[in-house]
Amino acid sequence: METVTTHRASGPPASPHDEPILEEQFDDLEQQHEASSVGMWVFLATEVMFFGGLIAAYTVYRATSPREFALASQHLNVGLGCLNTVILLGSSLSMALAVRAAQLQRRRNLLWCLAITAALGICFLGVKAVEYYQEYREHLIPGLNFQIPAQVVAKSTRLPLDPRRFEMFFVLYFFMTGLHAFHLIVGIALVSVMALLTWRRWLSGSGETQIEVTGLYWHFVDVVWVFLYPLLYLIDVQS
Amino acid sequence: MSAVAVEFKEDYLQAYRLKSWLLTTDHKRIGLLYMASITFFFFVGGAAATIMRLELMTPKGDVLSSPDAYNRLFTIHGVVMIFFFLIPSIPAVLGNFLIPLMIGARDLAFPILNLLSWYILMIGGSIAIGVLIFGGVDTGWTFYTPFSTMFSNTMVVPAATAVFITGFSSILTGLNFIVTIHTMRAPGMTWFRLPLFVWALYATSLIMVLGTPVLAIAVALVAVERLLHVGIFDPALGGDPILFQHLFWFYSHPAVYIMVLPGMGVVAEIVPCFSRRPIFGYKLIAFSSVAIAVLGFLVWGHHMFVSGQSMYAGMIFSFLSFMVAIPSAIKVFNWTATMYKGSIRLDTPMLYALGFIGLFTMGGLTGLMLASVGIDVHVHDTYLVVAHFHYIMVGGAVMAYLGGIHFWWPKLSGRMYSELLGKLSALTVFIGFNLTFFPQFVLGYLGMPRRYYEYPAEFQVLNVLSTAGASILAVGYVLPLAYLLFSLRWPPDAGPNPWRASGLEWQTDSPPPVHNFEEIPIVTRGPYQYSPEGAEAIDGNGDDASR
Amino acid sequence: MWNFSLFPDQASTIAKHVDALYFFELGIAGFFTAMICVLILAFAARYRRKSTVDRSNPPPSSKTLEIIWIGGPLLLGLTMFTWGAILFYKMYDPPADALEVYVVGKQWMWHAQHSEGRAEINELHVPLGRPIKLTMTSQDVIHSFFIPAFRMKQDVLPGRYTTMWFEPAKIGRYHLFCAEYCGTNHSAMGGWVYVMEPVEFQQWLSQAGTGASMAEQGERLFVQYHCAGCHRGSQTVHAPRLEGVYGRPVPVQQGKEVRFTLADYRYIRDSILRPKSEVVAGYEPVMPSFEGQITEPDLLKIIAYIKSIGAKEATQ
Repeated sequence: METVTTHRASGPPASPHDEPILEEQFDDLEQQHEASSVGMWVFLATEVMFFGGLIAAYTVYRATSPREFALASQHLNVGLGCLNTVILLGSSLSMALAVRAAQLQRRRNLLWCLAITAALGICFLGVKAVEYYQEYREHLIPGLNFQIPAQVVAKSTRLPLDPRRFEMFFVLYFFMTGLHAFHLIVGIALVSVMALLTWRRWLSGSGETQIEVTGLYWHFVDVVWVFLYPLLYLIDVQS
Repeated sequence: MSAVAVEFKEDYLQAYRLKSWLLTTDHKRIGLLYMASITFFFFVGGAAATIMRLELMTPKGDVLSSPDAYNRLFTIHGVVMIFFFLIPSIPAVLGNFLIPLMIGARDLAFPILNLLSWYILMIGGSIAIGVLIFGGVDTGWTFYTPFSTMFSNTMVVPAATAVFITGFSSILTGLNFIVTIHTMRAPGMTWFRLPLFVWALYATSLIMVLGTPVLAIAVALVAVERLLHVGIFDPALGGDPILFQHLFWFYSHPAVYIMVLPGMGVVAEIVPCFSRRPIFGYKLIAFSSVAIAVLGFLVWGHHMFVSGQSMYAGMIFSFLSFMVAIPSAIKVFNWTATMYKGSIRLDTPMLYALGFIGLFTMGGLTGLMLASVGIDVHVHDTYLVVAHFHYIMVGGAVMAYLGGIHFWWPKLSGRMYSELLGKLSALTVFIGFNLTFFPQFVLGYLGMPRRYYEYPAEFQVLNVLSTAGASILAVGYVLPLAYLLFSLRWPPDAGPNPWRASGLEWQTDSPPPVHNFEEIPIVTRGPYQYSPEGAEAIDGNGDDASR
Repeated sequence: MWNFSLFPDQASTIAKHVDALYFFELGIAGFFTAMICVLILAFAARYRRKSTVDRSNPPPSSKTLEIIWIGGPLLLGLTMFTWGAILFYKMYDPPADALEVYVVGKQWMWHAQHSEGRAEINELHVPLGRPIKLTMTSQDVIHSFFIPAFRMKQDVLPGRYTTMWFEPAKIGRYHLFCAEYCGTNHSAMGGWVYVMEPVEFQQWLSQAGTGASMAEQGERLFVQYHCAGCHRGSQTVHAPRLEGVYGRPVPVQQGKEVRFTLADYRYIRDSILRPKSEVVAGYEPVMPSFEGQITEPDLLKIIAYIKSIGAKEATQ
C-alpha cells in the first residue's frame, strides 16, 4: 500500500502497521527495544575480547622485537591506511545520521544514509584490496610468498635483526586486518539488508531498533580500525 | 505495568513431529535438545575414560595397541567432556529451561539465537566426533605448542576448528541469559528477589561471554601456525610457546568456573527446599557468585608456575588464587548453615546436593595445595591435579547436574522417577567416585605424572583401586539414564509442585504450557519462602507423587 | 605389585620443607572437610523431618558468623600463600657454588652433561650434600624434568634455557620423569637419578677417561670428523668459517630467495645431520651428511665447541 509521496520526510505513522511488531516473549515495546540494545552491547563486549586476544599477542611481540616491528611497519602504505581511516570515520558519521533518521522516521534520509554507509564500507574494502595486492607484489604475505625485502637484508648485516620477527609482524597484520575486514563485510551486508528492508517497508515501525543496533555494530567495527591503524601503520612514521 | 494474559495452550511436550523439535524456538524444548546431546557426549567421553582406566590397571601398556592410542583417548576425553558436556550441561539444559520460568518470562530474549546455539554445538560436536572416528588428535585438550603446531601428526586443525565453532554456542547462550535476566524479569522481581540459581547463571554468562573469544583466538592462531608454517608459537620459527599458554589459560581457567558456578546455583535451590528453610546469607551468596566470576579472570597463571614464567608473576597468581577461594568457602558455609533448625528430608536431589557440598569442599581445598607455589612445583602435572579437578568437575559439577535433573524432572516431564533407584544411584555415584579419585591424590604426591600410559610397578595398587571405583561409578551413571527414561512411560501426573518448592517455575503446570504462564505473575516476595513448621503436612503430597 | 609406597622419599634438602607445608594444608583440608561433613550429617540427623527438636527462630543470616568464616579462611589463605611463596623463592634461587649440569630433553630421552665432561642418557648421577644447578633446554617440544623424591620440577622449553636447582640429601636411586606431555613416548621418557657419596661421584665423573670439558672434547671431535678440514680455511673447498656464527642470523638459500635463520643448537645440529636442507647463501651444497655417524652426546660437544668460538669476531 503506497501512500508515501516523494516529499514526505517525517510525520506520524501513516497506518497502524507502522507500529513495531511486538515479539511474543516480550511484555512491551520498551522491553523489546532494551533487550535488543543490551544484546548488541554484550555482543560487542565479546568482540572486544576477540580482538583483544590478537592485540595481546601483537603487544607481546612488539615489546620484545620493537626494531623488527618498526621496520616492518614501514612497508605498509601509511597513505592508504590514512585514507581508509577517513573513509571509515565518514561512514560512521553517515551511520549515525541513519540512526537519527530512523528515530525521526525520515525514510528517504535513512535510505540515503544507509546507502552511503555501505558504499563507504565498500570503498574501504577496495582500498584494502589495493594494499593487499601491493603487499602480494612485494612478497610480504607469510605462508604464501614471503621474502625479506632487499633493503632489510642489507640492513640486517649491520644491525642484529631477527627476520622471523619481521615476518611475525606481517602474520599479525594480515590476521588482524583480515579479521577486521571480515567484520566489515558482515557490517556492509547488514547495512545493505537494512536498507533493502527499509525500502521494501518490511521493517515494522520505522525499524528504529534494528537500525540503532546496526549502528552500534558499525561504530564498533570503526573503533577497532581506529586502534589497528596506529598500532600497525604508525609505529615509526618518521623514518 | 499490567500482566499479559495468554490463551491457555497445551503443554510444551505435546507436538511430536521431528520438525517441531528441530525448528523449535521454545526454550524448554531447546533445553531438552541440549539434554539429549550432552548425554550422548557424556557417554562418548566416558567410554574413552573407561578404556583409559582399563589400560591403567597394569603398569605396562597391554590393553591398547600403542601409546598413540592412549594419547588420543585422553585428548578426546578432555575435549569432549569439557567442551561438549560440562560447559553446556547445566547452563544449556537447566538454564535454558528454567531461567524464563524462574524470572516470570515467556521465553529468553532471543529464541532463534537460542536454537542457533544448539545447532552450533551440534556442528562443532559433529566435527569432534569426526576427528574421533577418522584418527583422533593427540595433543591433549590443552593443545600446547609447539607440539600441537609443529610435531603432532594427528587431526589438530579439525579439532581446533571444532573447539572454535563450539565456543560461539557458549557465547550466544551467555549473551541470551544476560539480556534476559537484565530486561525480562516479571513485575516485582527485583535483583534481590531472584533465585540464586539465576544469580549463578548470570555470573556464569559473564564468563562465557568475556572469556570464550580469547580461546577462539588461541586455537585460531594454532591453526594458522600449523597450516602456514609461520612462527607464532614455535621457537624454531621465532615464536613464543608461553604466549600460547597465556592465551589458552586466560579462557580455560575462567572456564572451570563456567563449569562449577551453575552447580552451585543448583545446590542453592535444592538445599533450602529439602531443609524447608530459606537460604542462609542470600546476598552474600549472590555477591560471591559474581566475585568468583571476576576474580576467576585474574588467576590463569597458576597453571604455569613451572612453565618458565617469572617467579614474581607466579607469586602474584598464587596470591590471587587464594583470594578466589574465599567466595567459594563462603558459599559452602552458607549452604551448611541453611540446614540448621530445618526440617530435612534426604530425597534424591538432596543427596546429590549434599554430596556436592562435601566433594566440592575436598576438591576446592586440594586446589589450595596447587595454589601454593612451593607445593605446586612438586605436584604440577601429576595425578594430584587430576584428582583435584575431578573432585570439582565430577564430584561437584556432575553431581549437581544430576541433582538438578532429579529435582526438576517432575517439572520438565510431568513425571516422577523411582525414589529407591534414585537414592541407590546417588549412593553408587558417591562411593564409586571416591574410590576412583581419592587414590589419585596419593598417586600424585608420589609423583605419578599425568597422561602416562605406562608407569612404575609400585604405583599399581592405587591404580587398580581407581579402576575398581570407575567401574562402580559407571553403573551409577547408567542407572539414572535408564529409570528417568523409563519414567516417561507413566502419565504426566506429578502435579505442578510435588516438592512444595518455592519459585515461580513451580507455580505453573508440570510440564509447563508452551507460553510458560497463563498470566505473568507479579512478584511480591523474595525466594525461598520455606518454614520448617508444618513441614510434615507436605509429606502427604510428596509421598503421593513418588513411586 | 604389592611392593607399593604411599609417600615419596625425602631425598633433597627442600623435600621436608615442601612436605611440611603439604601436611599443614592436608590438615586444613581434612579439618574443614570433616567439619562440613560432620555438620551436614549432624543436621541431617538431628533435624530430620520426623524429629521433634526445637526449631524455633532459625537465624536468616548472621553478621558474626559471616565475619568469622570470611576472616578465618582469609587468614589461613594468607598464611598458606606466604609460606608457599617463601618456599618457592628458596626453590628458585640457586646458591653460587652449585655444581653445573646441562640437560637437553628431546623426544623421548633426557641427555645430561656434566661440565667436566661426562655425559649420560636418561640418568643423572649427583653427589650428596652439594647443590646442583641444572641448565636445561629442549630440542623439540616442551618437556618437564621431574624428580619426585627431590620435590623439584621445571619445564624445559625449545629455544630457551630454564634452570632448576636442588641439594641431594639421601643416598639412593630415584625416579626421573618427563612431566609435560610431549607425544608418543611421553610415558617412557624417564630414568633414574643416582645420589652418590661425593668421593664415589668424583670417581664416577672421571671414569670415562677424558678429563676434558665439553667444549674441549667438542674441538677434538671437530678435528676428528674432519670438520676443520673445510671450516678452518681450506684452499680447495669454499666453506663458511664458524667463528662468530653461533647465536647470530645466518643467510640461507631457498630457491631464488634468501631467508634468515638463527644459528642456534637446532641449526647447527641440522647443518651437521642434514646439510642440504639449509645451505648458507653464496655456498655450494657440497657438505656431506653425518647422519648416523655422530652420537647425540658428541653432537652436543661439537655444538658446545662451536658455541665457545661464537664469541669471536666473524672472520668473513
